[in-house]
Amino acid sequence: MEVFLQQLINGVTLGSIYGLIAIGYTMVFGIIGMVNFAHGDVFMVSAFVALIAFLVLTAWAGISSIPIALLIVLAAAMFFTSLVNWVIERVAYRPLRGSFRLAPLISAIGMSILLSNFVQVTQGPRNKSIPPMVQGEIVLYRHNDYPVTLSYKQLIIWFVTAALLVSFWYLVARTKLGRAQRACEQDQKMAALLGVDVDRTISMTFVIAAALAAVAGTMYLMYYGVVSFSDGFVPGVKAFTAAVLGGIGSLPGAVVGGLLIGLIETFWSAYFSIDYKDVAAFSVLAITLIFLPQGLFGRPDVEKV
Amino acid sequence: MSASGDRAGEQPRAPRGPAGPIPAARAIDRLASSVREAAITAALAFGLFLPLIGFETVTNMRNEVTLKTRWPLLFAITAAVAIGRLAYMLTLGPALGRRRLRAAPAPSAWRARAGGLFVPFAIALVVLYPALVIVLNGSSGALKWIDNFGIQILIYVMLGWGLNIVVGLAGLLDLGYVAFYAVGAYSYALLAKTFGLAFWILLPLAGILASFWGILLGFPVLRLRGDYLAIVTLAFGEIIRIVLVNWVDLTNGYAGIGGIPRPTFFGIPFNAGDDGFAAVFGLEFSPLHRTIFLYYIILALALLTAYVTVRLRRLPVGRAWEALREDEIACRSLGINTTNTKLTAFAMGAMFAGFAGSFFAARQGFISPESFTFIESATILSIVVLGGMGSQIGVAIAAVIMIGGTEIMRELDFLKDIFGQTFDPTQYRMLFFGLAMVVIMVVRPRGLISRREPSVFLRERKTISADLVKEGRG
Repeated sequence: MEVFLQQLINGVTLGSIYGLIAIGYTMVFGIIGMVNFAHGDVFMVSAFVALIAFLVLTAWAGISSIPIALLIVLAAAMFFTSLVNWVIERVAYRPLRGSFRLAPLISAIGMSILLSNFVQVTQGPRNKSIPPMVQGEIVLYRHNDYPVTLSYKQLIIWFVTAALLVSFWYLVARTKLGRAQRACEQDQKMAALLGVDVDRTISMTFVIAAALAAVAGTMYLMYYGVVSFSDGFVPGVKAFTAAVLGGIGSLPGAVVGGLLIGLIETFWSAYFSIDYKDVAAFSVLAITLIFLPQGLFGRPDVEKV
Repeated sequence: MSASGDRAGEQPRAPRGPAGPIPAARAIDRLASSVREAAITAALAFGLFLPLIGFETVTNMRNEVTLKTRWPLLFAITAAVAIGRLAYMLTLGPALGRRRLRAAPAPSAWRARAGGLFVPFAIALVVLYPALVIVLNGSSGALKWIDNFGIQILIYVMLGWGLNIVVGLAGLLDLGYVAFYAVGAYSYALLAKTFGLAFWILLPLAGILASFWGILLGFPVLRLRGDYLAIVTLAFGEIIRIVLVNWVDLTNGYAGIGGIPRPTFFGIPFNAGDDGFAAVFGLEFSPLHRTIFLYYIILALALLTAYVTVRLRRLPVGRAWEALREDEIACRSLGINTTNTKLTAFAMGAMFAGFAGSFFAARQGFISPESFTFIESATILSIVVLGGMGSQIGVAIAAVIMIGGTEIMRELDFLKDIFGQTFDPTQYRMLFFGLAMVVIMVVRPRGLISRREPSVFLRERKTISADLVKEGRG
């Protein structure tokens, strides 16, 4: 029971991070129908930007207040990662719109290799670790000397994720940009005829996707305290799994899928085998695609001649 | 960025020479817009590179991460990007814009004849390659050139041709191809070490086992659409790799399997002993013999792959693959069993990967899961895509450029004199690899050789530009 509760807390935390990345996959797929393979590496880049921003703030600017530092780090990571993704979309994906089916996917794979190796070359191949930003925990429940704890950093992750999801929901459901996005998702040509700037909307989609990935990247760095250039691939695939599980194209689906993947992975590691935890996530991906390709919340894919 | 570039391209060409001076106002206008573009690009590049190039995270002696700045490098790169953009805007940009408006020229008769001679010439060159290298470099220097360049490139040519069946002909994007390569390699290593079977028995067996896995993994996933299929094959590839890492009893995990028996010359081993190859044929012992022998094995295997593919394209199953790539729904309505057709392509591609894998294990004498990561799959896929999907010549050329190019980077020691002793060109291999994938996709989305030879035709054989080919939902 105690182990279960503790793993539930850990799983939800991990799932929040996956959910934030998964939204990026699902949004981009919804609007231009491509699997943005480089999204995992954009997440990794954001974690590096957060690391550098944190070091600049603490070592040079001498800011000792952790909440202020964390906010600035978050803002810096969101800004620079959005810029990166905006440029990626301009140079690597936009020229391929309307090209043959696999071209954007292959370009995205190339971009993924480029990003991770760029970080390897510029920042070195070793793991980068930082001292813990946030310490302390709340003991929720104690039984037979086994405490169930909720650490402050987990609390921060839950809170930040929830706050972002609410503002993100507002953006998509209530603003002009969100309406344009939903219009482009349904019919780009019609949206363009009605005066929606399709190019700009797609660009903004990439910017928002990157900003959410940057939040995930900052949270990842704060939670684990370590990041390396190769950390984009596996979380990227898992977040994609989450997006597929929730039904690709569906925003609530991405969040639910992320939580489910986080929970499955945590419980698998706790009760079965930690060596095969990635196998669990990959198997979920394969099983979902084979038996439930439209996911939990997605619309079935209608085949047209 | 690109919007005003296109606008500049639409401007009428400024007359040159004595016919008339360049209108001054237009030239200044163009210069001004180019400078503005370059300034914007510079600002973007500065923002992009500020965190990751401007700062370097260094782990110090106490294992703490500290920051160092690299302002000169950051400014140098920003300036280089700005100057490059300006030069592009003033020279190449308008010219490229004009070219895009013109129709693609028809291939000339000269090019067609040169194309016909290319294949026999290329085959003659690769057959004579070891002899050429020995003549040019002497037998001591030749080992590196035959092993690192010849064999290494040919392995990728073979893998590229194998994957070409799956991706190029059947139109199924497979991101886990390296899994079958791994199956072949581990089959050879384990069976040869456990049962002492010979290379020539295990080579077909490894191919069969790999294609068996191809069918096993392919069966449930082949009704998925293109990009979903790609991701599932990626997941399977990773699962196989994770199993290889963790099933220590069988595979020895990360430590890998060493001491794998090397292939023999039809029973005669390549060693310095009395029954060795050198002694039997009355030659002086040299490690070169085995390398040359391995070179010809992989050459024969690669040519076999190419030959089988060429023949298969003319069989009903090959035609069904290509039809499936173009339009799956039409295929189904014509009564083609799409699942079986896809499975044969998958199994065939996996079989050649299995051959290549067992060759790889025999050549290295040591294998570990490190050799079968996703990056390998992406490398093979990029070779197929960059060469032009479906074009065997294109795939071979792409393999030579990509693998040969990255191997050449190991040799560029003179760069150390320019950039300092800590500069290691091999670090930049994969960086250039990724960059090349993106650039070639943007410039030539159809790959280097984008024309397709039809295998069925009415009256005359016409090559089809791949731009006219519609990729189906495969």
